[in-house]
Amino acid sequence: MSATILTVDDSRTMREMLKLALTQAGYRVIQAEDGVHGLEVLKGETPRVIVTDINMPRMDGFGFIEHVRADETYRGIPILVLTTESDAEKKDRARRAGATGWIVKPFDPAKLVDAIRRVSA
Amino acid sequence: MDAMAAVKQTFFQECEEQLAELETGLLAMERGEAESDTVNAVFRAVHSIKGGAGAFSLGDLVQFAHVFETTLDHVRNGALEPTADVMAVMLRAADLLADLVAAARDGHAVDSGRSEVLVAELTALSPGGADASAEEEDDMSDFSFTPVSVAFDFSDTPAVAGRSYTITFKPRPELYAKGNETALVLRELERLGQLETSCDASGLPQLAELDPEGAYLEWTMRLTTEKGEDAIREVFEFVEWDSSLTIQASDADGDADSGAGSTEDAFAALLRSIQADETSLPATTADIIPLPLAEEREAVAEIDAQPAKAVAARNGEGGANANAGAPQTIRADLERVDRLIDLVGELVINQAMLSQRVMEAGHVPGSAVALGLDELEHLTREIQDCVMAIRAQAVKSVFQRIPRLVREVAGMTGKQVRLITDGEGTEVDKTVIDRLNDPLTHMIRNAIDHGLEKPEVRVAAGKPAEGVVRLSAMHRSGRIVIEVADDGAGINRSRVKAIAAEKGLIAADAVLSDEEIDNLIFLPGFSTASEVSNISGRGVGMDVVKRSIQSLGGRLSITSRPGKGSTFTMSLPLTLAVLDGMVVTVADQTLVVPLTAIIETLQPKAADVHGLGGGARVIAIRDTFTPLIDVGRELGFRTTATDPLAAVAILVETEGGRRSALLVDTIQGQRQVVIKSLESNYRHVPGIAAATILGDGRVALIIDVDTVIANSQSDATILEPVLAAAG
Repeated sequence: MSATILTVDDSRTMREMLKLALTQAGYRVIQAEDGVHGLEVLKGETPRVIVTDINMPRMDGFGFIEHVRADETYRGIPILVLTTESDAEKKDRARRAGATGWIVKPFDPAKLVDAIRRVSA
Repeated sequence: MDAMAAVKQTFFQECEEQLAELETGLLAMERGEAESDTVNAVFRAVHSIKGGAGAFSLGDLVQFAHVFETTLDHVRNGALEPTADVMAVMLRAADLLADLVAAARDGHAVDSGRSEVLVAELTALSPGGADASAEEEDDMSDFSFTPVSVAFDFSDTPAVAGRSYTITFKPRPELYAKGNETALVLRELERLGQLETSCDASGLPQLAELDPEGAYLEWTMRLTTEKGEDAIREVFEFVEWDSSLTIQASDADGDADSGAGSTEDAFAALLRSIQADETSLPATTADIIPLPLAEEREAVAEIDAQPAKAVAARNGEGGANANAGAPQTIRADLERVDRLIDLVGELVINQAMLSQRVMEAGHVPGSAVALGLDELEHLTREIQDCVMAIRAQAVKSVFQRIPRLVREVAGMTGKQVRLITDGEGTEVDKTVIDRLNDPLTHMIRNAIDHGLEKPEVRVAAGKPAEGVVRLSAMHRSGRIVIEVADDGAGINRSRVKAIAAEKGLIAADAVLSDEEIDNLIFLPGFSTASEVSNISGRGVGMDVVKRSIQSLGGRLSITSRPGKGSTFTMSLPLTLAVLDGMVVTVADQTLVVPLTAIIETLQPKAADVHGLGGGARVIAIRDTFTPLIDVGRELGFRTTATDPLAAVAILVETEGGRRSALLVDTIQGQRQVVIKSLESNYRHVPGIAAATILGDGRVALIIDVDTVIANSQSDATILEPVLAAAG
């Protein structure tokens, strides 16, 4: 069975792009539309890696990462932050929240898959 | 690339939704109703468009969205006040963004001058505009599509040639807490070239003292690679903040530190050293090198795959639904729409006039000309309906704010309230919508504060502790009817009557029907709350609500049943642009009486008209005496009284249900007229609601029935007690 990746993004466009890139790379993709939804989806899954957006309604990426890291079951899952902001401050906040790494949008599929490989066993 | 094309299509669909959201949000901000959620949603809309546009290399769109987003961010974090001027620029920026999206979709270009102007305006709004633009250039570099040089196109044969680097790497516990792994970093380094690894485990405590989440190992690596130092740095990109890292180029390829060898060797050495300490517990090594238990994870994933599929399926459906053709909208200047409505209104009138002339000219119904005119009438009516529909909006925008209001008022009064809304999709003219909020807010407050009982009182009366307030809207005979009903105690009539008498609003011994008593609460200055409450107090009574509804050409009425609750019903015209009226002649002037106020018309008989002195008269209509108002005298068209026998009486009812007969000279007919504001074109005239232009070009005044009756009543002092009681 192929490894599962959870993508959390409020943009349908971005969800579809992620799914396309990851499916082509042989991953099984599950999706969530924001942080709250992401935590719900996690209840039934243990993905190999989580890819999350930062700017989302209801619960943003920072909050989502903090929740995952505070959960005994899921805190070890590598989390990649998907963001257009390349500035140090956003990265730093994501890092402090517990992000494993980041991908700067617009990502190209190779870069995305590469980053996933780098953090997953 | 079919799949990518499909995603691109999704992107443009999503853009439409986000542009709509942006517009809604900006308009709310413009009205000063912006909550932080609104600002965030607006920001996100632009941010998402930018993100997607970047993925499809839509440079123009990305650049403009970025500048727009930067300015919005200032509003979001409070650095920029969303004043009217700022919002005007924002709205124009939203328009341009929409144009840029359309241009990107259809492959045409947008006038670059326009976007330059707006970029300049947006940048000027940003506090410290210069900084912002510098940062922006920085950011733009990220939108280039050149992949970063992470080329891992290594061959199986390890590169032996190249430079050697000595790397020391000491992870801190945080590195593991964030889901990073030393083993993975080493694996990545091995892909760059030939790697020799040694591990210094001297910092490792005894197993009993070992924190399974601690970090005790220090790694020294010697990497020979053709790739540069940047490639090595990149491997450590995610972990360098949570570790001590040194990378040093060394030309000599001498031996590395003791125990040098492959990564596997290093692990083996580590394991041996641990097992030497605690040979009895070899299995715990898994804690020290916390490698993810891949098999176990997959097993868990397998078991729970079902719900996840359900979730995925649900997402798929949601996506599909949302994809299904979002309604297309256009933005139009409201003035243009109003002008169109005016013109169509005149067209309707003109058509009616034409029909009349044709009939007068001797064309019988059924003749070719008459049939053609019938068709024209149908068409003009249809055009009118369509044009009216442009301005029509669902009452939803007003109803949406009510749940929050109910929560607040319930909290303040300590009552339990359930709100039921119905008919949110009922449409009514924008002008009416805009002015519906205040009266409705007050009615809801009133229903909870005065209508509903406290939970304990309700329970004692055998009702559920939770009260129900029902808000509903519906169309009824060309008007919109909005009802606010509560299931409270109903109006306490003896108390209402006592208070009205106490305040001198009625005679203490007045004999009133239940309906009349209920209507007392609409009298100015009436308030039943024994203590002025925070909610319904502040001197704003139902009289104010009633007046504001009347000013919209509406009516407000109440029905109440003791112990069962009260229902306030307001009935409003669907539009304030046209009105069905009865055209009458008074002292050679043409006037219009709104049809909604008229009950019947009659020819007064000598026996029915009675003088009361002081010029006041009443007319007996089916055994009821009704004040007879001489419109000509009341409005000052003449000073002498009209002979009632030579005139026509129009029986009208005011919003309060009070009846009077208006005396006019002749009735010309019934007609739909286009309302023109007298106040904005001339000035306010007491007794006149508005004006209209007739088919022959003459101006006719529209009578304000309520004011005319109220004014005549103040003259006729003799009737006062009776009328006040009835009102």
